[in-house]
Amino acid sequence: MTLTIEQPVEAAAVRVPEPEVALQPEGAARTKELVIVNWSGDLDKVWPVLILSSTAAASGMRCRVFVTFWGLLPFVKDQKRIVGEHWMQKMLALMQRPGIDHLKLSKMNFLGMGPWMMGVLRRKYNVASPRELLEAATAMGVEFIPCQMTMDMFGLKREDLIDEMGEPAGAATAIEIMTEADASLFI
Amino acid sequence: MTLQILQQVDARGLSCPMPIVKTAQAIKAIPSGSLIEVLATDKGSVNDFAAWSRTTGNELVEQSVDDGVYRFVLRRK
Repeated sequence: MTLTIEQPVEAAAVRVPEPEVALQPEGAARTKELVIVNWSGDLDKVWPVLILSSTAAASGMRCRVFVTFWGLLPFVKDQKRIVGEHWMQKMLALMQRPGIDHLKLSKMNFLGMGPWMMGVLRRKYNVASPRELLEAATAMGVEFIPCQMTMDMFGLKREDLIDEMGEPAGAATAIEIMTEADASLFI
Repeated sequence: MTLQILQQVDARGLSCPMPIVKTAQAIKAIPSGSLIEVLATDKGSVNDFAAWSRTTGNELVEQSVDDGVYRFVLRRK
């Protein structure tokens, strides 16, 4: 038996023509792109992710953030306290409170003393909080892509996550966007 | 020649990256070729506005400092 795969007819019909060179911004062949894998849920890692992603968007770049593992918890809605179905998922949420305002430090956490001191210093020196940066990032079009596998493992539903999150995806999507980007970071 | 500044951003007191983020949001509101003025106190903004100008192609036409306040004038691409 021979298996013939025919070229779908629609593929040619819907092909979008290359944009006119004259219409593109001067000196740039195409929009530059930054991809960040946000793996950690720690304050000292999520903060720079939000600083870099909002700055990339402000610099006219396309920026996509693939949000996975512990990195997903800061993107849970404020009113959600306990998430998941399994008692262990609930325990995880209890041990690491979800939401953008409840990040811990990876070092010198000291039962919340470290993050509290960071908050005092942040306000004293007028540094934007993770919440302010997240608002700026989403307003400027940074795309946050939640990891479907992490959502399943942590028992997170789409409606548990902030509305600005994009469609859930997996590792193959992360690999594809990382290899296509001009720069990719794992934080 | 007088330069017409169409938009101002007061980023005094704000830290990185907010002066850049606020400027990027404000520059969208003015037409191509017109000017925007930014005031900032963040010392890092001197290097950052130069870098942002190179990355985005919005020309940094004027730069000065007065009593710790940096002033940048940029022309929208």
